[in-house]
Amino acid sequence: MSRLRLATVWLDGCSGCHMSFLDMDERLIELARGIELVYSPLVDAKEFPEQVDVTLVEGAVGTRDDEEKLRAIRARTRVLVALGDCAVTANVPAMRNPFGPQAAMARAYQENATRNPGAPTREIPVLQARVRPLHEVVPVDVFVPGCPPSADTIHYVLQELLAGRMPDLAGRSRFGA
Amino acid sequence: MNAGIKTLRIDGRDVGARGDQTILQVARENGIFIPSLCYLEGLSPVGACRLCLVEVKGAARLLPSCVTRVEEGMEVTTRSERLDRYRRMILELLFSERNHICSVCVSNGHCELQGLAEKLQLTHVHFPYRYPRLPVDASHPRFVADHNRCILCTRCVRVCDEIEGAHTWDVMGRGIEARIITDLNQPWGESESCTSCGKCVHVCPTGALSEKGRSVAEMAKRRQFLPYLTMMRTQR
Amino acid sequence: MTLDELERLAAEERAAQRKTACWLHVCTAASCLSAGAAEVKQALEQELAERGMLNFCKVKGVGCMGLCSAGPLVAAQPEGFLYGRVTPDDAPDITRSLVEGRPLRRLAVPGDLPFFRRQFKIVLENAGRVDPERLEDYVAAGGYASLLKVLNEMTPQDVIREVTASGLRGRGGAGYPTGLKWSTVAKSQDREKYVVCNADEGDPGAFMDRAVLESDPHRVLEGMAIAAYATGARHGYIYVRAEYPLAVARLRAAIRQAERAGLLGNRIAGTPFSFHVEVRLGAGAFVCGEETALMASIEGRRGTPRPRPPYPAESGLWGHSTLINNVETLANVPVILREGGEWYARIGTPNSKGTKVFALAGRVLHTGLIEVPMGISLREIIFEIGGGVPEGRRFKAVQTGGPSGGCIPEEYLDTPVDYESLSALGSMMGSGGLIVMDDSTCMVDLARFFLEFSKGESCGKCVPCRVGTAHLYDLLDRILRGESDGAALAMLEELSDLLRHTSLCGLGQSAPNPVLSTLRHFRHEYEAHLEGRCVAGACRTGERR
Repeated sequence: MSRLRLATVWLDGCSGCHMSFLDMDERLIELARGIELVYSPLVDAKEFPEQVDVTLVEGAVGTRDDEEKLRAIRARTRVLVALGDCAVTANVPAMRNPFGPQAAMARAYQENATRNPGAPTREIPVLQARVRPLHEVVPVDVFVPGCPPSADTIHYVLQELLAGRMPDLAGRSRFGA
Repeated sequence: MNAGIKTLRIDGRDVGARGDQTILQVARENGIFIPSLCYLEGLSPVGACRLCLVEVKGAARLLPSCVTRVEEGMEVTTRSERLDRYRRMILELLFSERNHICSVCVSNGHCELQGLAEKLQLTHVHFPYRYPRLPVDASHPRFVADHNRCILCTRCVRVCDEIEGAHTWDVMGRGIEARIITDLNQPWGESESCTSCGKCVHVCPTGALSEKGRSVAEMAKRRQFLPYLTMMRTQR
Repeated sequence: MTLDELERLAAEERAAQRKTACWLHVCTAASCLSAGAAEVKQALEQELAERGMLNFCKVKGVGCMGLCSAGPLVAAQPEGFLYGRVTPDDAPDITRSLVEGRPLRRLAVPGDLPFFRRQFKIVLENAGRVDPERLEDYVAAGGYASLLKVLNEMTPQDVIREVTASGLRGRGGAGYPTGLKWSTVAKSQDREKYVVCNADEGDPGAFMDRAVLESDPHRVLEGMAIAAYATGARHGYIYVRAEYPLAVARLRAAIRQAERAGLLGNRIAGTPFSFHVEVRLGAGAFVCGEETALMASIEGRRGTPRPRPPYPAESGLWGHSTLINNVETLANVPVILREGGEWYARIGTPNSKGTKVFALAGRVLHTGLIEVPMGISLREIIFEIGGGVPEGRRFKAVQTGGPSGGCIPEEYLDTPVDYESLSALGSMMGSGGLIVMDDSTCMVDLARFFLEFSKGESCGKCVPCRVGTAHLYDLLDRILRGESDGAALAMLEELSDLLRHTSLCGLGQSAPNPVLSTLRHFRHEYEAHLEGRCVAGACRTGERR
């Protein structure tokens, strides 16, 4: 039996969901028997591969770079999982939305800077007007709220997907925790 | 009003009630859960959040159980596919209306909006978020009003008016522009009528009103006082 | 004033009027006034005075003659010659034509237009004929005779029986049977009861109540007094929007006149019945037309609706039993009592009796105020009375019921105008605004216009209406800007269903109607906008950016 081709992606978020993923601890070993991790911040793959069974996406869509990545991921993924509040609700990254990207950049790089104030102009993706949750950009198959979702929740999601079932998160996790 | 004893049926269960009770009161007495946000025992009901709508056999419309009095022989349904769907959509409307960021909220883990979302199995908000730009009023020495987290349930308005008797809080503007205000829209800290009793903070279902010095998830509310205060006023 | 005294006053006034051979009636309702009717009236008076003709002919300010699009209107009586778009410079010509006894061709509006012929006037029977600022003129036309007949000859039960027999239904929009409403209030044991006249007309394009109040304010007062007698109320309020200053001024003057004549106030006409009326001004909130919000506003509180029951009949103003009727409903009452309920019930259709006043507006040749028997078809109203769509354009749809109603396309134009038929089409009778649209109107833009209105007028109390109207508006706006896909239409329908079934009051429940009816009848216009096209070619923003 072929192993489930799993990818994990980190967009506009804090990586806390990936930390929670790692918090599955020894259960990771057991999961690894059924899973092939084909792309992730945790592995050394530069290109998002074709024909991925499941992609866990952490983080919201805040830049055009994020949006392009997400669209490509969606095209190559069978089951897209919005992992955590940033992916599901846009969460903390969206707190800049009422103010706009310029104000956010000015606050971060100008007003609060103690040395060399000024927003970076190179090698940084340009912020979009609004940070959006994944489902406002592409269709999402599974929503896993939580900031971060617990290791148990992520374990449940992966177990269900391994068993060929769509996980039902209703009542298992909530916004914020 | 006929306060005699009535029998009615809620979700197929026969229950007894006093004629002056509402469907919501009787349901809760019998351990039947009906979600609500604007309703709070001890305050006058306003029927505004629409989460407690129920189906009553023979009624053309859905009825708010917080203000609908029981009647003899009434047949009430508190859960159905349709009610569940409407309730989830109403919660979604609330989440999309303002900037509810549960993960960094003082009330995270103690919030009624967040709790209902979990209980009603809401996994995401499919309506577009509106992201309005709203103020945070930290002018009061002890309390904070964060309009980003306000759901306009008006519990603060009612507790201040009906229990404390100060009527510091009220609502200004209309529709999506409606806001709770202190006095004539002065900063809370400059309010002349506020007694700083803190009842509004503790009846607030979300993190909109909180005590200063609380960090994320630290603002648990204490509401046990309310029925006692009401009792002291009405049954002295 | 007793019945005898009233009859004497009427006879004296009629005799005085007969002394003048000729009358020039100048419309002094808001529409003609805004077109310069006051200056026309002054010029005519001056001209007659200068020619020393005042013994022969007098000028009288009257209420709305209906054909607002041709204002300012002047009618030469008794011949009934009607002149339109009159200016002060026309005064010499008009006066000369009076002397010559010939109509003035240049300004003549044909009196046999279907606009006039097809109407049936009950509510507007005095509009354009009596001087709204003089009690005597109303009395001469038979005014207050119904009230005094009721007080002298009928029991409250008799009155309610007559109103019930008439089949009159609420003209504010919902169509609740008036007799039933009255009997519910009459049955209440409450010692303190109120009658409220809802004159908070606020639909865009609607001006029926304004015209009635400006043209014949005493009729509304008489209807209120009869309602008060029938239900046992002693106090009444007229809740008028402050944007109607002329209506307010004429109402206040009418109340003073009626009080001075003993037709309102204590012990009316020597009977034990007392009734006091006060005017309360609305501060510009559409939602205050909803009865529970209206009552909150009268009580001095924030104008927000509350759940019903309890209905106003059980617990209304300050917790007391209250009867709330719309202006037009009350204006029907004196005629029903004069002619009898059975007479009234012969007009109209089996379930919608009597007449209905409509404000005809939009892309139609003759705009203005009309009164037609219930059951007339929309086609007759628009194409015969209204004279059809001007400038060679094609009719597209008519909006009835304003922001709470819906649009009706051409294939349903033969629908009879009655409460049930219009509801079945996804619209509603509403208070009487009829807005005609031609093929240059974009129906998505129309829906957005009404949702902008509802969003701005939502009181913000209940969640579905407060947030839902804002989302509906945003969705429509994005569709119009070409930024949406098919999912937006599904979301429009989903939200509309939620608002309709879960909103607290009629505003939220009916706010989605313009969306649902345009989706139902003009879905292809939405679909075209999803592709970046505007079928009507009306939206500059229709192109995808």
